Amino acid sequence: MSVLLAFTAAVLFAIGTWLLLQRRLTRIVVGLGLIGHGTNILLITSGGEGGLPPVIGKGDKEDFADPLPQALALTAIVITFGVTAFLLAMAYRSWQLTHDDVVADDLEDRLIAANRRRDADVADAEAADLERESDSSGDEP
Amino acid sequence: MSAAMTSTLVPLPIVVPLFAAAIAVVFGRFRIAQRVVAIGALAANVGISIGLLVQADDHGVVTMDAGAWAAPLGITYVVDRLSAIMLVTSSAMLLVVLIYAIGQQGVEERHVGFNPIYLVLAAGVSASFITGDMFNLFVAFEMMLAASYVLLTMGGRSDQIRSGMTYVVISLAASALFITALALLYAATGTVNMADLAERIPELSTGVRTGFSLLLILVFGIKAGLFPLFFWLPDSYPTAPGPVTAIFAGLLTKVGVYAIIRTQTLLFPPESQQGTALLIIGGLTMVVGVLGALAQDDLKRLLSFHIVGQIGYMIFGLGLFTVAGVSAVVFYIVQTILVKTNLFLVAGLMDRHAGSSRISRVGGIVRSAPVIAIFFAVPALSLAGLPPSSGFAGKFALIGAGVAAEQWWIVTVALVVSLLTLFSMTKIWAGAFWGEPESADPNDMPPAVRAEGRTNGGPPLMVLATAITVALSIAYVVFAGPIYDLAERAGTDLMNPSVYIDAVLGADR
Repeated sequence: MSVLLAFTAAVLFAIGTWLLLQRRLTRIVVGLGLIGHGTNILLITSGGEGGLPPVIGKGDKEDFADPLPQALALTAIVITFGVTAFLLAMAYRSWQLTHDDVVADDLEDRLIAANRRRDADVADAEAADLERESDSSGDEP
Repeated sequence: MSAAMTSTLVPLPIVVPLFAAAIAVVFGRFRIAQRVVAIGALAANVGISIGLLVQADDHGVVTMDAGAWAAPLGITYVVDRLSAIMLVTSSAMLLVVLIYAIGQQGVEERHVGFNPIYLVLAAGVSASFITGDMFNLFVAFEMMLAASYVLLTMGGRSDQIRSGMTYVVISLAASALFITALALLYAATGTVNMADLAERIPELSTGVRTGFSLLLILVFGIKAGLFPLFFWLPDSYPTAPGPVTAIFAGLLTKVGVYAIIRTQTLLFPPESQQGTALLIIGGLTMVVGVLGALAQDDLKRLLSFHIVGQIGYMIFGLGLFTVAGVSAVVFYIVQTILVKTNLFLVAGLMDRHAGSSRISRVGGIVRSAPVIAIFFAVPALSLAGLPPSSGFAGKFALIGAGVAAEQWWIVTVALVVSLLTLFSMTKIWAGAFWGEPESADPNDMPPAVRAEGRTNGGPPLMVLATAITVALSIAYVVFAGPIYDLAERAGTDLMNPSVYIDAVLGADR
């Protein structure tokens, strides 16, 4: 039972991580959802073996399932639900603005990269000039 | 004050802002009432926090069991000296930045939701500092982060959505890791109460302990912006509305640092504390932060990289795991929160005054708005750590602790990074305050400058709020002696976790 659950959690984590690394927002959202499920299963597994519902008077205390991880998992599910809704709203806004759900590169990053390219071009041009000069000076008798 | 009364104070920094948030939603249409409620709640929070600090400093750790469920079973709220210091600092900054936001007549005025969400953020930050339960810490983080997602993307511009997406996805991934760590901790120890964990973790095998220690550093390191997990930070913070960036820069990463300090010092016995690893991470964080800052042209992005650099200093102090080191970190965190908030508030003023936050575009602010120049100079010197600023006191303490622990290489790195920080601040000063604006044509000048020629900085409330942060950071160095003594008492408590554990679980267990 535990092994099966642990395996399920591992598979969910693996698929979720792969989806998270994609550039499309829809895939990222699905990926985060899957990772969320993986963590919840892990939480449930952390409580140990299953058992009777932990309600006083419904059986022997020793046979009860551990209620705490279930409470924790419930909390985690609610939080994941709320944040996923927010993510979807953001993905929709992104689609409204760009009609695409691919995450773009940062503008400042591109500017700095462009600066570096420009500097490199200038350096190349200077080097070429220098070479030409040295070539022409070499031609002179 | 009686003990019972003090323990009723403990949950108030969470409860007051949350209630105020609900009331602020009801008053959505009446902006004045909404503002009164928000400012009132945050001002009350400052008072409560100071009360808690006095109590925690005089009579030791204050605890409160939620719903009167005794310690390891229920959720315990704990205020020790570190928590109280962080509470006072954060509540003061939250109040000042709200005043600034109201004065700015920008995001706060345009969005009905700003005040309620800002209050939820305040509650989340307080809850992170107060809670004595790991799962509750997760909930507090989520409360804070959910509010921060909304604040960051308020306005819905395309650059905000783009960088907000990165921020939300990274935070969610970190949260998933956090729950994973919690599940594993619970499976191994059968508890999520921090004091109880501190008792049971030493019973685990060394490998498992080290694993947990590293996993928690990873989880909180993403929130704190440690190398190599900081990349989301300079990307997302600058796109938020000005006041929001200021509060994020001041507080959110420090909540992550607080969690690292708390878990590393409390939960793990000395032999599984990751001293060397933290020192290396701290050193790299400093270097990468300051080098990143040097490459930037946009003021807000530049300062965001400096946030990363400052985090490196804190991790360096913690990594020493000596009383002097940890005390210096406590002293330094408060100083950084003041200075960082201050710098971002000034960046907002500059942006408004000159119409851009690009250093290459603005210039001559020293002539057109001398007030802004003064407001910038004080925290800039602090950030670089020049005497007699508060940053000097903080860095002096850290480096002193490093020398005492004979960690020469990290001391050298810290000093070099300090020098580079100074260089980066001079770059801003020379470019934006002394230099000429890119365009001399008066029609291209921003409206504020064109209309008045020389201004007194901006709207009175914004200037007032910025002036308060400047005054606080000057007061911080004037009273550095007593404050450092307090930080030292906090550091001593942290290095002696039995104080915390006894307060939560009872000394006679």
